[in-house]
Amino acid sequence: MRSTKTGARAGRAGHAGRAGAVPYLFLAPAMALFTLFMALPIGYTIYLSLRRTRVSGLGLGKGARTEVFAGLANYAAAVGDGELWAGWLRVLGYGALVLALMLGLALVFALMLDTAHVRLARLTRISIFLPYAVPGVAATLMWGFLYLPSLSPLGEHSFLSADLVTFSMANVAVWGGTGFNMLVLYTNLRAVPREYYEAARIDGASELGIALRIKIPILVPSITLTTVFSVIATVQVFTEPTTLRPLTNTISSTWSPLMKVYRDAFVTGDLYSAAATSIVIAGISLVLSFGFLRVVKNHAFGES
Amino acid sequence: MRVNRLALAAVAILTAALSTACSGGSDEPSGEAASQSAAPAGPVKLTYWTWVPNMDKIVAVWNQAHPDIQVTVSKQAGGDDAAAKFLTAAKAGNPPDLVQAEYQMLPSFVAADAVADLKAETAQAKAEFGEGVWGLVTLGTDAVYAVPQDSGPMMLYYRKDLFEKYGIEVPKTWDEYAEAARTVHKKDPKVFLGTFSSKDPGWFAGLSQQAGAQWWSISGDAWRVAVNDEATTKVASYWGGLVKEGVIDGMPYFTPEWNKALNDGKLLTWPSAVWGPGVLSSNAPKAAGKWAVAPLPQWNAGENHSGFWGGSSTAVAAKSPNKAAAATFATWLNTDPQALGLLIKEGAVYPASAKGAALMTEAPDYFSNQPDFWKQAADIGATARGFTFGPNVNVTYNAYRDAFDKAVADKSDFAAAVQGMQDATVADMRKSGFTLAQ
Repeated sequence: MRSTKTGARAGRAGHAGRAGAVPYLFLAPAMALFTLFMALPIGYTIYLSLRRTRVSGLGLGKGARTEVFAGLANYAAAVGDGELWAGWLRVLGYGALVLALMLGLALVFALMLDTAHVRLARLTRISIFLPYAVPGVAATLMWGFLYLPSLSPLGEHSFLSADLVTFSMANVAVWGGTGFNMLVLYTNLRAVPREYYEAARIDGASELGIALRIKIPILVPSITLTTVFSVIATVQVFTEPTTLRPLTNTISSTWSPLMKVYRDAFVTGDLYSAAATSIVIAGISLVLSFGFLRVVKNHAFGES
Repeated sequence: MRVNRLALAAVAILTAALSTACSGGSDEPSGEAASQSAAPAGPVKLTYWTWVPNMDKIVAVWNQAHPDIQVTVSKQAGGDDAAAKFLTAAKAGNPPDLVQAEYQMLPSFVAADAVADLKAETAQAKAEFGEGVWGLVTLGTDAVYAVPQDSGPMMLYYRKDLFEKYGIEVPKTWDEYAEAARTVHKKDPKVFLGTFSSKDPGWFAGLSQQAGAQWWSISGDAWRVAVNDEATTKVASYWGGLVKEGVIDGMPYFTPEWNKALNDGKLLTWPSAVWGPGVLSSNAPKAAGKWAVAPLPQWNAGENHSGFWGGSSTAVAAKSPNKAAAATFATWLNTDPQALGLLIKEGAVYPASAKGAALMTEAPDYFSNQPDFWKQAADIGATARGFTFGPNVNVTYNAYRDAFDKAVADKSDFAAAVQGMQDATVADMRKSGFTLAQ
């Protein structure tokens, strides 16, 4: 017994030894791509975030401007800047609106399309999905023109006033994103064996009951997934406010955290603090999305 | 059969593509070798970033006459983005040889060591320009960082027909302008005499220059920053009062709404620069022949001042390998009579050189009702005063947009917004390590 066991172990070890470099060879392309396009740029961003320019005298002429090590000063400035946190607050409000409305509508549409009685299902599905195919900038411009009081066919309402601008922006995101999320949920629903529903009907369940007690519980993992994706997309909101900004004076250049990064890097020309702020933003969005996953993990995936 | 034929066609196309690619590849080294061996005699190749319309046509004339210096135009979008793009390219080490530089951005380019000193190459060109505009390219130093191209003295554009309709005179002072604003708005609440744009810091800078502001100045080895000086605060409070009163609108310039208001006769004046006709003719085509120009209203009756909005120069990149050739082209473009004629005709540019201004005779089509348009412009241009721009205008201008966006939306204190610009400017310069005079 003992000899066979050690023999087997030896054999296994030998096998692994023979495999040698092969697993690494399989991994190599992925690792190379990761290093080139993820690790290096991130590393460079971190490097930049630790530096700054120092000007001497008037700053005109040769050698008046040098790049020096700044330590964590850029991070201290990024974290200490009230505008960044005010931006987070605005995005949080906007995000809560978008998430609730977009995912809620997506779920309702998916459930409705999945019921047996709906007519023109294909057409409806496509027309709900279609806005997703419109590029964000085009969609925002289109809505932007609808929002301008003097041009809008919607009447003389100031959709871009300080009170309404968040809702107007959320509307663009919901309009564009609902279709995609609906399709994810709907595809999942179609994969559910029909027998479940038959069994439920035989037991006397109504369509609403089936939706609430069978379909939604089955959908929980995909709802979780779409939520995580949407959280990440919302944290990165940039296109809508940036495109609407020239049309109104209610959106500042630092409305969302990413807009502040853009402003620092390309408007005021301070690449270094822009790098530090982006690292801070990346950290926060990681915490947000992983935090959400951790909270819902047990319910969504039945893991312990 | 069809499939086979298709496949055949595909193979043929692929082969053709491959062979051209190969021949292209084999051509390149030989071409390079040729240019290397013939470097002293071969043509110098220059790239030029600009947003002047039809510049390629103007450059074609130069290329024809100068086979040894060939210029290629790369059309840019203009504005702040163009400046950011040039600074990034200069930092990355691959800037164009020549670049169109707005006067207010030139100090940032100089501070980033991105543009070359052209003092030796432009010694002769200096006489072609007035002292004010020349100061904008020397920044008050001994060096010369660009050749002036166009300038933007400010004047008042107004709807002649609607002024008659509402029974108002062309305002001579800003007090009269305010009175007219009240009259017009009272007669028709949907119509405004003008609007305050929180998106156009260059416009506000020009109005402040008219009032005598000096946002930056160099004293010894230090910068003095006075964005919140008395003149600027006066200008801001004046407009802030009118916006708060509700007789001046707060919609930004160059927006779809603004275009519509101009077209519909809902805005009666636009204090703008000499390049205004181009904007009006494309943004408000319906109102052609109904606008006229007058000098800007004055702060004190009897005075005669104006400011500058915009205007740009041609600079040579510090990293360009052919600086002398680039400087020769820049000088030709902005001082040669033929080039100036083309700039006026093809590029709709108001040249900064004295010779160029004299070439402007025929009024723009949009102002066909005002045959002395250019004479007016020249008279007003002579009264315009500018100021030295600092090394971080982009920060100041960004602060303007954010502060005045808020001030216009909330109808709050405009003087506080000016203070915000001052604070942001000083904080940024202090952080970078500039020496500041107290």
